[in-house]
Amino acid sequence: MNDRPNMPLPDLYRTMRRIRSFEERVAELYVRNGTAGSMLHLSIGEEGAAAGVCAALRPDDSFTTHHRSHGIFLARGADPNRMMAEIAGKSDGYCRGKGGSMHIADMALGHLGANAIVGGGIPHAVGAGLSYRRLGSGAVSVAFFGDGAMQQGVLYESMNMAALWQLPVLFVCVNNQYGMGTRIDRAAARTDFAERAEVFGLAAMNVDGENVGAVFTAAEALIASARAGRPGFLCVSCFRFYGHGRMDKSPYRSAEEEEAGRRRDPLLTARNALIERGLATTAELDAVDAEIANEMDATIEFAIAAEPPPLSAMFDDVYAPGEVRPEPMRMRLERILACT
Amino acid sequence: MAMQELTYREALRQALADAMTEDNRIVVIGEEVGIYGGAYGVTRGLIDRFGAERLVDTPISEPAIVGAAVGAAMTGLRPVAELMYVDFLGLVLDQLANQAAKIRYMFGGQIGVPLVLRTQGGTGRSAGAQHSQSLEGWVMHTPGLRLAMPATVADAYHLLRHSLTLPDPVVFIEHKALYTRKEAVDLAVPVLPWGRAAIRCAGSDVTLVAYSRMVSVAERAAEALSNEGIEAEVIDLRTLNPLDMETVAKSVIRTGHAVVVSEACLTAGPAAELVARITEECFDFLEDPVLRLAAEDIPVPVSPALEVATIPTVSLIQDTVRRMLNR
Ligand SMILES: Cc1ncc(C[n+]2csc(CCOP(=O)(O)OP(=O)(O)O)c2C)c(N)n1
Ligand SMILES: [Mg+2]
Repeated sequence: MNDRPNMPLPDLYRTMRRIRSFEERVAELYVRNGTAGSMLHLSIGEEGAAAGVCAALRPDDSFTTHHRSHGIFLARGADPNRMMAEIAGKSDGYCRGKGGSMHIADMALGHLGANAIVGGGIPHAVGAGLSYRRLGSGAVSVAFFGDGAMQQGVLYESMNMAALWQLPVLFVCVNNQYGMGTRIDRAAARTDFAERAEVFGLAAMNVDGENVGAVFTAAEALIASARAGRPGFLCVSCFRFYGHGRMDKSPYRSAEEEEAGRRRDPLLTARNALIERGLATTAELDAVDAEIANEMDATIEFAIAAEPPPLSAMFDDVYAPGEVRPEPMRMRLERILACT
Repeated sequence: MAMQELTYREALRQALADAMTEDNRIVVIGEEVGIYGGAYGVTRGLIDRFGAERLVDTPISEPAIVGAAVGAAMTGLRPVAELMYVDFLGLVLDQLANQAAKIRYMFGGQIGVPLVLRTQGGTGRSAGAQHSQSLEGWVMHTPGLRLAMPATVADAYHLLRHSLTLPDPVVFIEHKALYTRKEAVDLAVPVLPWGRAAIRCAGSDVTLVAYSRMVSVAERAAEALSNEGIEAEVIDLRTLNPLDMETVAKSVIRTGHAVVVSEACLTAGPAAELVARITEECFDFLEDPVLRLAAEDIPVPVSPALEVATIPTVSLIQDTVRRMLNR
């Protein structure tokens, strides 16, 4: 691993293990019929991107994400219980059960929102950058998105604005090689994505997501540059270990390809590096893993036990509290039927 | 052909296959329509029969997908553009509403845009606010676009086949909860012509006007009401543009009572248009105000407990009709 002396590798390992462990529990909760629907996008294999970039952020920085974002949010310090409750559509969740896996957010942690529209959240980071510069806050905003969004027009409008206005923004493409069943080479004639960002005037890098240390180092440099007024772009190459969503068994790719892809495991690579360098023993890492497994097991029970939102909550938060609310159709009918 | 058990999904696939066999100008273009077989499996296997030249997998670039379909339709192809979710209309409205819908008119009738935009909408999968909407009202509000929303397996087939013969852009909205609906159908038996509403269930006490998935909800309500001695007539609009007011008005003039059922949001939605027309055209025959049962005026929540409560149900229709008729 190419990293500097004070590389927080043990912490990065812990973060990645927590993500892996959490995602495995999401899959389990789905099998147990405890999730709200099946549109659950696991980030197993992508932990290096989430852990590496988020470790380089300051607490006052913010970010937006795509739909495969459990890992990014956990790496930012989310409470896994509240995350799992949200994924189950329960009122103890981060968005009171209304957002679910694909629309999770937490303003307290600077999570401006996950997005189920490919590319939808990218310009929000540009807007956040505009705010921070105008308000002089010194914060940076990061837009996370998948390789699929590399073909979405709004990305290019956003990169251009960020470069033109020299905003404190970092674009992070989590390039897991696939958008649903479409591999990047079937979506683009040229797949060097950093090359594209560069021509807009962004500081651009490609990095191997199997190496969390390299991701961290690159992110640190690009975030510092963005903070100083030169926005950046980081493409983190990795592999989506499993199907697109819970129903997808990936029939469009070969077993060999999957096997080779899964060998690019950022978690295993970091674990081996820690042991090789004498930073941790196998027994110590096993203990970390076990502790995390317990913590994540509890999220399932928490989510199952949590209450669904009450029906009355349906009409909350369409508009701000205290503002005129939508009149429930059933109440309206009562009113009309009462006078006919 | 003969009677066969088909799902809504299979009927759509059959319609595409039959149309593509007859007309080699037809190409399907969209995300995951080829190798993957469509996000909801509608185009599964078609790439093996028709090849990647006619089942064109695209990058995730919706405005360019629809825009390219417009250009192709103007120059000799008959594109079927697939929009994975109707919610993504947000991305493509320029190409659909400002371009496809207006080209024939703006250019003085020189050319039309014979494309079909296939998509699907509605609730039922806890897919949340950005993947569960019913946006047919946006389409209805745009002159120049045809709009079909099949409720049955036979209509899934025939309306799609007919869409692929029309000279103007058609938005074809399927319902995600209907794909597994199964019926015994004989596809050789013609259905009602395009633009005509179907009476799914005859009755003399009240007219229930519905389309897409709400047709079967209304049918179940009619069945339940029938057990109480109330005979509801269920009309399936099939196409919202053209809109068959003649069939609706005839029914309402007989029953004197009408309820419009829709899964789209209540305010300024398709049901509002229907109620306005019924009121204008049948005023002297109405014994009660025409009512709308529609989705609540809120985004669709993910929580399954809330999601089901956002749209009309069998019991809501039943209660409403009962009270409307004072029974
Ligand atoms: C605008 C838009 N188009 C299409 C989709 C359907 N869709 C959801 S995820 C996805 C693939 C996205 O791929 P990528 O950006 O690489 O993210 P990944 O799933 O690989 O994390 C598609 C096509 C969508 N949600 N939004
Ligand atoms: Mg991807």
